[in-house]
Amino acid sequence: MIEQILFYTLAALALVAAIVVIAQRSPIYSAFALIVVLCSLSGIFAILGSPFIAVIQIVVYAGAVMVLFLFVLMLLNVQKEADDPGGSKPLRTAAAALAAAFAVQVGLVVARARFASGPEQYEASTRKVAELLFSPTFLYVFEATSILILAALVGSIVLAKRDL
Amino acid sequence: MSPLIQELIEKALVVGIVTHGLLIVFSFCTLIERRVLAFMQFRLGPNRTGPQGILQPFADGIKLFFKEEFIPAGANKPLFVLAPAVAVATAFMSTAIVTYGGALTVPAFGFLPEWLQGRVIELQIADLEVGILYLFALSSLGVYGIVMAGWASNNKYALLGGLRSSAQMFSYELALGLSWVPVILVTSSFRLPDIVAGQAGWFWNWNCFVVFPAFLVYVVAGTAEANRTPFDLPEAETELVAGFHTEYSSMKFALLQMAEYVNMITISALGVNMFLGGWNTGLPFLPPTAAYGLVGFFTFAAKVAGFLFFFFWLRGTLPRFRYDQLMHFGWKVLVPVAAVFILVTAGVLAALA
Repeated sequence: MIEQILFYTLAALALVAAIVVIAQRSPIYSAFALIVVLCSLSGIFAILGSPFIAVIQIVVYAGAVMVLFLFVLMLLNVQKEADDPGGSKPLRTAAAALAAAFAVQVGLVVARARFASGPEQYEASTRKVAELLFSPTFLYVFEATSILILAALVGSIVLAKRDL
Repeated sequence: MSPLIQELIEKALVVGIVTHGLLIVFSFCTLIERRVLAFMQFRLGPNRTGPQGILQPFADGIKLFFKEEFIPAGANKPLFVLAPAVAVATAFMSTAIVTYGGALTVPAFGFLPEWLQGRVIELQIADLEVGILYLFALSSLGVYGIVMAGWASNNKYALLGGLRSSAQMFSYELALGLSWVPVILVTSSFRLPDIVAGQAGWFWNWNCFVVFPAFLVYVVAGTAEANRTPFDLPEAETELVAGFHTEYSSMKFALLQMAEYVNMITISALGVNMFLGGWNTGLPFLPPTAAYGLVGFFTFAAKVAGFLFFFFWLRGTLPRFRYDQLMHFGWKVLVPVAAVFILVTAGVLAALA
């Protein structure tokens, strides 16, 4: 009962904030709304019984990534977007048609999907996540991802500072 | 009464006592800090309001409460109002994970309800499985209060203060997080009660002796994370007026101050729990569970007071870093030291296993 109330509150908060992210025109507000979305998703992860993923969601996305976004937005002093939605009329019509088609598709998928009745003995404790991540199944993929991230890091520094 | 209701009442009591206790500690911290600083600088400090200035925090509170609420004309009003709330909320939420002592046994006083008499209460609000990672998440959210305050003020000094603080806090958060890893490796648990229990016995079992370099990194990074001198660059008054809270007055200013002090108290309490043996006295012939568990609580409180005094002492002793020195120190000294020490700890543990 409490879990359901919490879930619907968090889900509603996430959806409303997600609409705010794209619907209004001040980039700073969008960034803060995105933080709200990420925090509500983290709450949903916590309800699902995976506190580790909930916390990592906040540390990585709401904590690190969004701080960088805000940093750039504030440093560049991005102004509010003009009220002109942009694009010519045929372009806008095409966009509306595509959006409608996508909505129909999503609706069909959701209507046909068979949902599990609930999380059955699902428990993603820190220890379980670590055991899975470092088990032979995922170890190589995990390490390869780490190297990829390291390479991206070095690459971004090289691009930003050509005369190091 | 059903056990669920009893549990809820118990938790509500703990939350209420912790929150109000923190408010009291915060208000007297401001007084003690000013007096300690004054004595270090051969002054007297505030000693006029009540004996030895003991009522000064209340005078300050009343003054701030009755000051004019001022919002600058160009400020972004919703965010300007929201910023102190975010700062205070994240600061208080992060105190939920701290253990304030071992279990406390409620004495069998006649006026207490039957179920409460002799009940064992854990002095921690939330014993989460992810433990200190929760604190890491909240400290990264705490940056937003400051950034929001800096941006919404529509003042270039405030904006620069906010940007500086976001850069400083996420740089030092990295070192702070890395300094926890050796402790987690040694105790192989994220939970604070486990970490404290792992330091039982004589005081040389405390993690500050077992993983000394990590303790050093923690103290330095914690000082920076709490925006204390010598790392109080976000509000460097000689360059930035007052940094992110330049435009704040009245209670909103008080809330930002409160968030800062509560963060400092949390950093101290966490340092005590992780490195200084928590509520262990360090002398195994003294049972910490004696006298309803109050010995443990007062041991913890004394250690936290020592940690806080250390912060005041630093402020009276060290000059402020320059901003580039701060960044160099964080990224080129603290992070490598912490990272190498993690490897050393892991190596030693693997060799011993």
